[in-house]
Amino acid sequence: MRYSLPAAVLTLASLAFALDGQVVIHDPSTIMLCNGKFYTYGTGGSSLVSDDGWTWRRGVTPPRRGMAPDIIHIGDRYYMYIAANIGAQPKAAINMIWSKTLDPDSPDYKWEEGGVVASSDGVEDCNAIDPGLFLDPNDGRLWLVYGSYFGYIRLVQLDPKTGRRVNPIDQPRNIAINCEASVMIYHDGWYYLLATHGSCCRGADSGYNIRAGRARKVTGPFLDNSGLDMLQGGGKLVVGSGGRVIGAGHFGLLDLGDGVQKFSMHFEADLDRGGASVLDIRPLLWKDGWPVAGENLKEGTYEIESVRTGTALELAVEGVPVGGRRAGRGGGGAGIGGPVGPGGGRGVPGATGDPGQAGAAGGRGATGEPGGRAAQGTGAGAAGAGPGRGMFGGTGSPIPPQDVAQVSTNWPASNVDVRMSNYLCQAQQKWAITAVANAGGYPGSPYFKITIAGTDRTLAASEDGELVVLPAFTGGPEQLWRIDQLADGSWRIMPKSIPNSKEALALSAVGSSFATLAKFDPKSEKQRWLLKTP
Amino acid sequence: MPALAALACSLLLATAATGDTAPGQAPALMRPASPTKAPDPNGFLQRWLLLEPIRVPIRSNAELTDSFVQAAIKKEYFPSQFTVIPHDGDKVTVGDAELAWHAVDTGDYNVNLFHFAVDLGKPTFNVVFWAVTIVNCPREMPNVRLAVGSNSASIWWVNGREVIDLYGDRHMIVDDGVSKRLTLHKGPNIVRCAVINSPGLSNMCARFLDAEDKPLKGFTVSVGEVGK
Repeated sequence: MRYSLPAAVLTLASLAFALDGQVVIHDPSTIMLCNGKFYTYGTGGSSLVSDDGWTWRRGVTPPRRGMAPDIIHIGDRYYMYIAANIGAQPKAAINMIWSKTLDPDSPDYKWEEGGVVASSDGVEDCNAIDPGLFLDPNDGRLWLVYGSYFGYIRLVQLDPKTGRRVNPIDQPRNIAINCEASVMIYHDGWYYLLATHGSCCRGADSGYNIRAGRARKVTGPFLDNSGLDMLQGGGKLVVGSGGRVIGAGHFGLLDLGDGVQKFSMHFEADLDRGGASVLDIRPLLWKDGWPVAGENLKEGTYEIESVRTGTALELAVEGVPVGGRRAGRGGGGAGIGGPVGPGGGRGVPGATGDPGQAGAAGGRGATGEPGGRAAQGTGAGAAGAGPGRGMFGGTGSPIPPQDVAQVSTNWPASNVDVRMSNYLCQAQQKWAITAVANAGGYPGSPYFKITIAGTDRTLAASEDGELVVLPAFTGGPEQLWRIDQLADGSWRIMPKSIPNSKEALALSAVGSSFATLAKFDPKSEKQRWLLKTP
Repeated sequence: MPALAALACSLLLATAATGDTAPGQAPALMRPASPTKAPDPNGFLQRWLLLEPIRVPIRSNAELTDSFVQAAIKKEYFPSQFTVIPHDGDKVTVGDAELAWHAVDTGDYNVNLFHFAVDLGKPTFNVVFWAVTIVNCPREMPNVRLAVGSNSASIWWVNGREVIDLYGDRHMIVDDGVSKRLTLHKGPNIVRCAVINSPGLSNMCARFLDAEDKPLKGFTVSVGEVGK
């Protein structure tokens, strides 16, 4: 973490996984990717740039300063639209400038003036600020939405070849009211108008929240989930305040391809950064046809469950039932044995299938034969239910979580494969996912390491494009994981790199019981994972 | 169980003669009638050499832990059990029992080991079944995976390399266990497995998947001369 606040604040920030670096900005534009770098522009000429979407730094101020710019890339041009009051509010105008690149180090970095594309005269029911651009994927038409609380949000058509109005004398169409920072996106047959409700610019007292309505046509009407038109103040909540951040505004779609969508916004006040207005990036989920803000992954211990198979990723070692192996089914003394003792309480069966030797603290006992004859394992059930409780009666007291230090004594010290199995709350199935400092990241998150909880055994990509668990984390890129939340709330898990390969592969279920690395297919469930709290 | 066993016994003998399986009846094992056999439309290997079951002491399927299965299957029961390419009718001695290899074709995607044992009047429970087949490839086939299912636990080898271990009390599910990427050589490739089970149905299925996880085809399966 390079954020220069006191250590206590740093700790909180890392837990919340707010973006790293210099992220103070207000009214950020849609984030643009140009020559491998991410750019966003805010009110007052501010700009931020990032090499990976996680750590940000100050960028170069564009030649035209103003309020709440938005930007779009069409062909070989980046069109930026910037508003400014040109008199007493609501007298305002939106100017366009364009450049072939956003990279100030490029010889092509040169902004050209494109003129005014929309304005308000100070009397009409509109304040021509907060531009939002939308290129319709269905017909290639370019649209500008703009406006603020002073009246309507309006829609005008632009020429994608020039960025200027198609017909400057066309009357703008009113599509929403009582909101600002509007922008449009398209998803699955619907046009969505996202706009910010609530008050801005009051720090932790800002009620900014992003809401949406949808329509079958780009011109509306945009109705919310209750059928209320956005022209009447409707809007379904997409994201508001939460955790340590207050006042979400200025939605900007960040489509990373392969069905992975995120969005940028600012929070009016990040309490861990002294109440500063900051950039944030969150996953964009879709639920019942509505956009919903996802969560960037938080550190923790998880079961990693395949959406495809329902089985859980585990270290390929012999599991031990939580509470120890169950004793024979036939006898009245059957019960659940005590925890496996240190040093290998679990019996080691002989090749001929002799009963295992139970550990001193009550290890695995033999199970009963089908006929119901009591088992002959020794030590089994010593800490169990005792006579009279029966095979379904349990021990009569809570069984503690499995102690990885105890059950791992028989695990190989060297590299171990991974596989998948039914989740049984066992130690080899619990993965600690921990952010790795100073290892970079991706839009919204740092890289993580994935270890068996309570150990340093680390999931890694191997040279053959498969998976292996190493004895310890050493920081190599094959041990760093990018974990993106997908539109359905599941997760895509990808190594930062694969040894001797330039392929971008994702953790993938193959068959019911094995996992591998494979190219991400957004239409498949193979690379979708649920991260469940054990 | 007795009813199942009787049904299976009668069916196997009947269908072995005709090659037919009546609707609703258990899949049959038949003697191969051709030198080679292509995988079925879904890529499953339908021709195998099966060794008559080896009796092993298992108290229940709960015993089939990783270490138990490893030990129980990898015990040396007969000479060269991990390398031998048997022929139909070959015999091995395990303890005081003489067990024969049988070439079979299955009419279904899976090999019903329970019926195999019933038909021969051999033990059906608490047994290990060994199976071998030869996959003949017209060219090298890289980046493929062996994909198997078994009831219950099993270990699988391709060209002598252990590629899949399935432990525990399992049902046979298509593509339950899938190997890491491997290369099938041009010419013969040996697929070997051992399936262990306590009480219950025993069966197994196997196919290869291509780089897109689609069933691999374009090869044949053989088990050498039959009925020598």
